[in-house]
Amino acid sequence: MLEKEKWQELSKAKENWEKGTVEKALSKFKERQEEFNTGSGIPIARLCTPLDAQKLDYENDLGFPGEYPFTRGVQPTMYRGRFWTMRQYAGFATAEESNKRYKYLLEQGQTGLSVAFDLQTQIGYDSDTPIAQGEIGKVGVAIDSLADMEVLFNGIPLDKVSTSMTINASAAILLAMYIAVAEKQGVSTEQLRGTIQNDILKEYSARGTYIFPPTPSMRLITNVFEFCAENVPKWNTISISGYHIREAGSTAVQEVAFTLADGIAYVEAAIKAGMDVDDFAGRLSFFFNAHNDLFEEAAKFRAARKVWAKIMKERFGAKNPRSWKLRFHTQTAGSTLTAQQPDNNIVRVAIQTLAAVLGGTQSLHTNSRDEALALPSEDSVRIALRTQQIVAYESGVGETIDPLAGSYYVENLTTEIEKRVWAYIEKIDALGGAVKAIEQGYIQKEIADSSYAYQKAMEAGQRIVVGLNKFQMEEQPVKGLLRVDPAVGEAQVKRLQELKKSRDNAAVQNKLADLRQAAQGETNLMPYILAAVRLYATEGEICNVLRDVFGEYRPVEIL
Amino acid sequence: MELVQRARQGDRRALARLITLVENEAPEAVEALQELYLFTGKAQVIGITGPPGSGKSTLTDKLVKELRKEKKKVAVIAVDPTSPFTGGAILGDRIRMSDLNLDEDVYIRSMGTRGSLGGLSAATSAATKVLDACDFDYVFIETVGVGQSEVDIVKAADTTIVVMVPGLGDDIQAIKAGILEIGDFFVVNKADRDGANRVALELRMMLDLNEQKLVWQPPVLMSVANQNQGIAEIVAGIKDHFTYLKESGELAIKRRERLEKELLEIVSKKIYRQIADKVQREGKLKQYLDSLMKKETDPYTLVKVILQDVIKT
Amino acid sequence: MAEKRIRVLVAKPGLDGHDRGAKVIARSLRDAGMEVIYTGLRQTPEQIVAAAIQEDVDVVAMSLLSGAHNHLFPKVVELLKEKNAEDILVLGGGVIPEADIPFLKERGIAEIFTPGTPTGKVVKFIRDKIGEKV
Repeated sequence: MLEKEKWQELSKAKENWEKGTVEKALSKFKERQEEFNTGSGIPIARLCTPLDAQKLDYENDLGFPGEYPFTRGVQPTMYRGRFWTMRQYAGFATAEESNKRYKYLLEQGQTGLSVAFDLQTQIGYDSDTPIAQGEIGKVGVAIDSLADMEVLFNGIPLDKVSTSMTINASAAILLAMYIAVAEKQGVSTEQLRGTIQNDILKEYSARGTYIFPPTPSMRLITNVFEFCAENVPKWNTISISGYHIREAGSTAVQEVAFTLADGIAYVEAAIKAGMDVDDFAGRLSFFFNAHNDLFEEAAKFRAARKVWAKIMKERFGAKNPRSWKLRFHTQTAGSTLTAQQPDNNIVRVAIQTLAAVLGGTQSLHTNSRDEALALPSEDSVRIALRTQQIVAYESGVGETIDPLAGSYYVENLTTEIEKRVWAYIEKIDALGGAVKAIEQGYIQKEIADSSYAYQKAMEAGQRIVVGLNKFQMEEQPVKGLLRVDPAVGEAQVKRLQELKKSRDNAAVQNKLADLRQAAQGETNLMPYILAAVRLYATEGEICNVLRDVFGEYRPVEIL
Repeated sequence: MELVQRARQGDRRALARLITLVENEAPEAVEALQELYLFTGKAQVIGITGPPGSGKSTLTDKLVKELRKEKKKVAVIAVDPTSPFTGGAILGDRIRMSDLNLDEDVYIRSMGTRGSLGGLSAATSAATKVLDACDFDYVFIETVGVGQSEVDIVKAADTTIVVMVPGLGDDIQAIKAGILEIGDFFVVNKADRDGANRVALELRMMLDLNEQKLVWQPPVLMSVANQNQGIAEIVAGIKDHFTYLKESGELAIKRRERLEKELLEIVSKKIYRQIADKVQREGKLKQYLDSLMKKETDPYTLVKVILQDVIKT
Repeated sequence: MAEKRIRVLVAKPGLDGHDRGAKVIARSLRDAGMEVIYTGLRQTPEQIVAAAIQEDVDVVAMSLLSGAHNHLFPKVVELLKEKNAEDILVLGGGVIPEADIPFLKERGIAEIFTPGTPTGKVVKFIRDKIGEKV
């Protein structure tokens, strides 16, 4: 009773403030906008008070770090134990050049590697495929076979670093190559730490580097889950990614909702393949975007953790607390970076870094200021890494766990995002799950609608981007951009042709024939891929066998 | 007309330009169609329609590929809706057929509905004639849904395929009125999904219930287009239907009816245009409307006046 | 006579899967009353040119973020020329460094739109160039 009276009193006091002090101020001086909304369209109140968080039940909604529902973080000590892993996504041109960049980054204090592959590697073509011409080494490193992978990790001890690889449709093959390199270094698979993205669903809905149709793609993914559960226990077998969904133009709410819906689909597929949820769920990891809307972003991460914990515990009945934890990597938002006044991007990235850290990320890539212009130069990459280091060592935000908790505004946002995410998940369930929703073009259309609405709002001046639609100035072209030498393509093709001459081709053909037969059946394909990779079968050869058996995905485009 | 000659000699640019002209009802289009008329009548025109998401474009893509095995020349007109607000359109059916882009004997053209009443069926039918006269053996017209304008479009076809798909709820009931009459056969696509057999069964039952006893019994076929299943059977069905049309004499009847309709349409359009031009040119329209608003006269009396005026001149 | 429409082929050449920009442009052109034919991802220059000719478009607008523009954009212009279709206006967009723009323009790409270009500017450019023709 006393409690209730207290709330009523406060509510009344707030009303008085609005009618009195605020009204008086408004009569003299209007607010900047009629209404204020987050990027996801959540209305923002003028002032949040305890009234906005009154329904919050501390133990059930927030709990304690390292405990269900993990709203406040997945580890008991968070950044007091150690900082997040600073992991810059890098890779370009040849394996030699990328190897040099990795060694440079490790020397600069980076704590994990993150490999970017070029497009034909991601789409499972060898460098001599006609459609690959012009793309070789452009957005990442070109890898055709184990020979390239050996060069890529030359002098980097794979038992010491953790490596994240952005590879999806052909993830099983690249993971096999990584394992084969480790074997040559004398490192056992139990020691390997890292992540493969291995998330095909967001390729269909947002990123575009798919190869096979959904059914065989889901099989390859669960094959990796199974293989790693037995052989590479410290490996994160998937990084379920909202990053690209957001880059494609979704809102923060959609980013979380579509990612978790994809996550549900993977868990269901693995269970259907006969695995026990607790055997693989602990190795699932996530990958999110960090935008400028600081509080909404921090709240987004908190909400995502809470929703996933609930899904794993209640929907899938996972028993192991590790299975309930949403561990995630974050990358700052490439799409927010402007080609205009590119140095401003350093500031954007700093804010986004704060959002990720306040949201409790496990690892972070910070984008470089020149990414809207070209691949990042070495200087820009260093500044980006320094940004993380400044936030870690100087800002003090990591000294206490989840410092935004208890903010009336942030808690209110967290609850609101959670509510909207559940609504989307229900909608996707009703459509038959994420795979069906993608096949019907539902998710693609939702993303395209948000992206178009954002563009129109920006062009109408309702959303301001500094240097782009306000505070513009005349500029000189930026110097010192990184360019990939077109000769890289020719050199890579030559290397591939030499490899095909020097390896034992009869043995390669044998292993490819075994793989074909296995693909036609239902067995786990990882051992067959690994056997072919060890003999220097190329990625393109392996994918072509699988293309023959599985067919190729045709996209649904609903504009 | 040079464009016509070039198009008939296989110049794709000229063919495409001719279709633009007829679609826009440009003045040159009349001359072109006059020249082309003599060469028409050989192609089998196939309408493909069905609800969104039924996989029509993928199915069309596979049917074209199947026909290409026999070296037939095939054209596709893919129709998508035009935005009624802006007049613009996004035409995305080609995406599903992009491996056919480089085949010299395949021609794919996207069209927007452009909103004008009856305009689309006139445009597709004229485009079909251009393609027919340029020696395409098969012309597919693919349209979304089964609205009235789509029904009009498929009326320009010799053979109409209605594509259904399991899992869209009670839509068979909802659209059966429109589809049963127009389908020469029915394809249940995505037949690997649950409920495909039920959709096929329901269709067969409804077709049996159809009072009209037809000589041609519309078959119900199953396909999984993206896995190339059932495609050869549909192609065989397309051919059977054409043979049937020819042998039964129905093709001649159909085409004669179509010609009658088209002839009358051309005449009425021409007359309408002349009258409208004249009334507007002489500035009488405003005067007529003023007197109508003041109730000085009524529309029916005015029509007589206008017609007499035109016939006099 | 029916109204004429400006027809634009929005194309994604190469292997790049980032189609946010292409889709935003496609919608903007549609909303400006144009007919947009969208090719989808992973198109070779040959496929783009064949589609442009079959569709009798006035404009080919390509979007590319992978860095392969210097290879792919000029190829499309060359192939259009081979097919006597050099009157089709070719535009490019995406992550394209300033320094590459003179080269691309010299090779026949009429305009390059870099990140941050308002869609209205693209619409206006097309209308100014094609408007009187259509």
